[in-house]
This record gives sequence, structure tokens and C-alpha cells, in this order.
Amino acid sequence: MGNRVAICAMAQVKNEPDVWYQRNQGMLLDCLEPILQQTGVTYDTDKGIRNIVTCSDDVFDARTISDNGMTDVVGAHYRGEEKTAQDGLNGLGYAMACILSGHDDVVLFMGHCKESQTESRNMCTNLAYDPFFCRPVGMDFLNVNAFQARAYMEKAGVTDEHLAEVVVRSRENAVKNPFARESGKVTKKDVLNSPFLADPIRELHAYPVTDWAVGMLLCCEERVKEFTDNPIWITGFGNCMDRYFVGDRDLTSNFSLKKACEKAYGMAGIKDPKKDLDVVELNDAYAHQLPMLAEGIGLAGEGKGGKWIESGGPAKANVNLSGGMLNGNPIMLGGVARAVEGYIQLRGEAGDRQVDGAKRALAHGTTGGACQHQTVLILEK
Amino acid sequence: MAHRKKNRNVGVIGVGQTKHSSHREDVNQAEMLHEAVREALDDAGLKMDDIDCLVHGNMELFEMVHQPDLWHSLGTGAYGKNSFRLTTGGTTGATVFCAGDSLVASGMYDVVMVTGFEKLQEGHTTGGITNMADPLWTRSIQTGALTGTCAYDLIQEFGQERANRVAMMYRIIMDQNAGLNPKAHRAFGLEWDQMDHLIKTSAKLVGELKIIDMCSQSDGACAVIMASEEKAKELSDNPVWIRDHITVHREEAYTMLGYDQATVPPLTHKVAAEALFKRNGIAKPADYFDVFEMYDPSSWWGVDWLRAFFLLEGDEHLRLVEEKEIAIGGKIPVNPSGGVIASNPIGATALIRPAEACLQVRGDAGPHQIPTPVKHALASGFGGTMWTVLIMLEKELGW
Repeated sequence: MGNRVAICAMAQVKNEPDVWYQRNQGMLLDCLEPILQQTGVTYDTDKGIRNIVTCSDDVFDARTISDNGMTDVVGAHYRGEEKTAQDGLNGLGYAMACILSGHDDVVLFMGHCKESQTESRNMCTNLAYDPFFCRPVGMDFLNVNAFQARAYMEKAGVTDEHLAEVVVRSRENAVKNPFARESGKVTKKDVLNSPFLADPIRELHAYPVTDWAVGMLLCCEERVKEFTDNPIWITGFGNCMDRYFVGDRDLTSNFSLKKACEKAYGMAGIKDPKKDLDVVELNDAYAHQLPMLAEGIGLAGEGKGGKWIESGGPAKANVNLSGGMLNGNPIMLGGVARAVEGYIQLRGEAGDRQVDGAKRALAHGTTGGACQHQTVLILEK
Repeated sequence: MAHRKKNRNVGVIGVGQTKHSSHREDVNQAEMLHEAVREALDDAGLKMDDIDCLVHGNMELFEMVHQPDLWHSLGTGAYGKNSFRLTTGGTTGATVFCAGDSLVASGMYDVVMVTGFEKLQEGHTTGGITNMADPLWTRSIQTGALTGTCAYDLIQEFGQERANRVAMMYRIIMDQNAGLNPKAHRAFGLEWDQMDHLIKTSAKLVGELKIIDMCSQSDGACAVIMASEEKAKELSDNPVWIRDHITVHREEAYTMLGYDQATVPPLTHKVAAEALFKRNGIAKPADYFDVFEMYDPSSWWGVDWLRAFFLLEGDEHLRLVEEKEIAIGGKIPVNPSGGVIASNPIGATALIRPAEACLQVRGDAGPHQIPTPVKHALASGFGGTMWTVLIMLEKELGW
């Protein structure tokens, strides 16, 4: 690969529990307009945006071809538009491929999801399971993640106390992030006393229902100066699918994450993630996943997640300074939210939570129950 | 167009599809996909280990499965591999084809398999399509994919009798082609002497759009394997090269809410064809291409869109049909497979188009292979609110 791909601009709305006052289109427009202003990019068919990669989900939008009503808002009228229907971090990887292939110079990425629109997000994710064996017994992403949580806590010596610490830290970090959902600080006691959703996952161990939209402008290396003086480069990407039936896999092995990392680290030339990463953003939809995923990417030792939390591992490695998925991002966009934090940190625009001299960030996303499909993106200054 | 040269060439090295039918009750979704995947692997002489990355596409609300690539990994072989899921409505199959091209050309993956599927029997197709319309503004007036305006426009332009006859001729040509394709869902064995009778008696759906004109509702899957030039030459004796592709959407709010007749918004097919052919230096597409696999949801659309795709003027497109130049053995055969009117598993439909075009280029289409050699093939996808994907395929490199 001769070229690199840059993220030239990013704009987001604030993560909120219920954006009742705006439609998906409105949220997207609030992201698009700042991108146009920041970069001066146009929709000229020679020089500007002629391909848009979107991310949304038919089931959560209750709309067949959920991108259909968004194409005019994102500017796809007489242009190309392609929707990634999995965690949007894969959309960034796909946009990267569109540019590296030579097919496009400039790609706009736009993603939206309103979890609040659904009666129950567990009802939606129940539909991810096959109608014969898994759906009738009520499997959904929550209770499949509970299987994983129990198995992982056993394996890695992670206790209810550890999980409480993870939640407390997430909420504290989020207070410093002006675009984070205002989920509010909690104490360890609050977490330990919060009711079970699916044993051992407590209410405060699970990411809250959230609405959000985000946009990014990506561009090839040759033309980056037209749009920004402070580009952030995508230097690595990898994703991987694990087995579907929960009983067919070791839920705590991080199989798909390790394979995704192998690919992304190879592309970016990362030898030792402990040394080579300045900022790490993990898609911790459930509290137990923070230490587990840290094992997967090589930050914590195998089966040492409990000790990693006790020794202040998350803070030392600058993990989830944004508050993480645990504080609140919608499904579909958890991984993109991680890339957004990486982008802000590397640009040096993170304010109170800025990591000094951050040069390289990892963003991680998951799709499916118990992290069946995982994605890793490496960003560099 | 500021369109850069591809980073590297990409060739199609394997094609597979199921037999398309109204009911595949013998298989579940993953098993049905597996049939296409297995056939594509066998066609390419590859094993699953040779595939670096998979791309999956369909529309979730047809079967009501959320993120179905997770379950379908049982049939697609995605376990342990990089994988993407992309969907764009009816164009999904063509979009995953273009995505495979971009993923390989980028240098990120050497061998990519793309799959499209739909098992429409398991859902309610018209309900699914109606749910595409805006819930506040247009859902209550949406009639699924039954769009009679094209028949109305053709009749306005060319008169009731000629327009009806051309549409029915197109329909019979497609049915005769489908009769030669063992994978086609519907082949009625229509004969030319039935034409007048069919025009009079086929039940009308909307205006002159008749039930015989309309595409089927099918179960089926398709898989295509593509590789970088180096790998394709190593793995295959007859790779088919992906020259270029373009995607053009249109937002239908403009036409649905009425527009000034003086400034009719152009068909996306025409916009796509003009841009694609201009940047590839093709002045007369109907002469350049040897075969065209078109996403033709009804015979009216099939007739009308010939003009848009081939950049024809006046009634040239009608004459192509009337003189049977689009039939197998004609000057520019269109849909020797029988097209979408014969088989329409929606998420696979737009992938079957380039897949069938590749078989024609290779000369491997079997009974529906056109008799003249195919060097240049065109394939189109259609979806959404008039969305187009247009793909150019070549037998030889060095265009």
C-alpha cells in the first residue's frame, strides 16, 4: 500500500438518552454542516464528495433500507452512498479501502442511531439470533454478554468490586468529555447495590440507552492539505468474526479481537501494544469487557484482568478517557465513538482529559453478542 | 472526472448461485447461502482457507434478522476471517460486488468473497418495501415496489398500442431466456402467439403494469470470489476483470412531491452511464458491450432503461426490442439469464447480474450462453428510490 488515509474533520452531536426533539436526519445535518465549514469540501463530482459511507441499522430505525431517508441529508443526491450495517468502525475501514483502491479521493462517513426509539433494545438484538434454536429461548445481546461476564469473572479473578471500580471510573472520565452522555457520577456502593439485569450484569454494568450521530471526512494523502492542517492518519485496520453459537466458542478467549489486532498491528507496525499505544479506546458495552478486551489487545496479561484493574491499569494506559461505551453510546456507533476520542486526543483537542504528546491511538468496536465480531482501527498523528 | 487509476487490478475468479425458487423450505438462511458459497469455491477451485475477507449483504427487515451476517457465518464461512456487512436496498448485491473490488484493489485483502441472499418466503416483501418509506410523510401511500408510472410515461410517449406491445415483447424474450437458465425461478414457456392475449388478459397491478410484467419474489443466494491481478492469474485460467463501477442515488422527495415538468430530474441510470462511459472513453455503449445483465424489476422498466443505460435517443430502445436485438443471438443480448423478472431474491439479485455477466465473458453460462464471443460486459443494480450501480467487466486487461 503506497498511500495513507487521513481523517480531515469530525463533527458529532452530544450523546443523549433521548433526542425526542429531532429526527435522525436532523442529527446528521448537525454533523454535516460543521464538516463542510471546517474543511471547505464541496459536492463537486470531480473534486469533492461523490461517495458517502453511512452507518445505521434497519431494525433500530424500524425502516427497511435505513439509509434511504438519509441520502439527501448526507448529500448523496446524484452521488454514491453505501451503508455499513455493522459497527461503524468497519465503515471507516471500508471508507479507507475505497480511498486506497483509487476509486475515491474523498469519502464522507456519516452514522446515526437512536436506541431510544425502540420499545426495548433487547427485543431488537433478540432478532440477531436464529429463529429456530436461540430466539425462542430469549437470547439477546444482554444475556449472552452475561454468560460471557460470568465466565470471564471466573477466569480472570474479576469481582463485583472490580466491576464497580470500572463503572465509577467511566462516569468520572465522562464528566470531562463535553460530548459524553450526562450519565452522572456514581459511587462504588451505587454500583454494588444496583439491580441485576442478567446475573452477573447489574444495571450500572450495562451501557445506557443512548442516541447519537457523527460524521467524518476522509481523504487520500495527496489531497489532505486542501482540507486540514492537522490530519489524523488511519494506519491500521483489522476485523474478525467468531463463531455464532455461544456454545461453540470460548466466550472469554478474545479470539476475534486477537485476530483483528494481528491484522491492524501488522499494518501499522505495532510490535508491543503496551509501549506503542498512547491512547486506547475499548468498546466496553458491559463493565466486565473492559479488562477482558484489554487482555485481547495485549495490554493486560491473559487471565490477569482483575489484577490489571487493581494495579490501576486502565488509567496507566489511558484507556477510555472518553468515558467509554459504558457511559453511553448507541449500538452500531460504539466503535466510531472510540475512534472519535482517538481523533480528538491526537489532535490535542481533548481539554481536561488530554494525554500529553499522544501520537498513536487504538479504537475498538464490536458487533453482535459477546463480541462475536470485533474491529480494531489504529490512528496516528 | 478526477478518477484515479486503480491501485491494482481485480479479477473475478469464482461464481456461485443457488437455484432460485419461491420456497426453499429444505434449507435455512445460512444453509442456502452455503450452497452459493460452496459452488463459488468449487468454481474457483479454492478452499475456505484461501479467502481473506467476506462481504455480506441483504435487507434485514425482509426476514427480520438483525445483523444476519452473525448467524450466517455458519454458512458463509466467515469464522476467523475479516468481514464486512454492507447494504443499500435493491442495489445491495451490486454494492457488495463493488465493495469486494475496492477491498482487493486497496491492497488490504488479496482474495475476497462477496455474498448476497434473500429468503423472501420468510417475510412479507411488499410490507418490507413499504417500510422503506418515510414513516411520517410517505409510508401510507407507498405500494411496495409496484410502480406504474414507467408504463404511464412510455404510453404517453409512444402510444398505448406500441408501448404495450414492446413491453410484452421484452417480457417474452426474458421468459424464453429464463427457460434456458436452469437456475432461474420462473420460466413459463411463453410463445410469441400469446402476445396479444397476454396484453389483454394479464391482471393489472397499477395502471398498465400487469402481473405478468412484474418481477418474482424469490429465495436464493449468490457468491462471487475476486482476487488481485497477481493472485487471480495464479489461481485462475480465466479471470474476468473489473474495469470500473459507479454508484448514483436519487432522493425521491423531489419527484414524489411533484416537480416542475420543465426540469424533470434525470434518471440515475442515465447519470451513471454518462459519467462511467465518459471517464472510460466509451462513446457508443450499445456497440461497445457484447452483453448486458440489467436489474429489470418489470418489463416496462426494462424497456425504458435500455435508453438510459445505452445513452440512446428517441425510440432507438424500442427498436432494439422490436427487432429482437436484445434477445440471445441479437446485437446486444440483454439478460440472457432471464433477468430479475425471472428470479428476484432481492439481496442477491444485483449480485447475480455481474455474476451472470462474468459467466458470459468466460463462456461458461451453459444453455443461455450467447453465441457470439463476449469481451466487454455491463451489469447494473437498481434499488432504493431509484438508485443505480453500474459495473463494467472485461475479458482482457489493458483497456
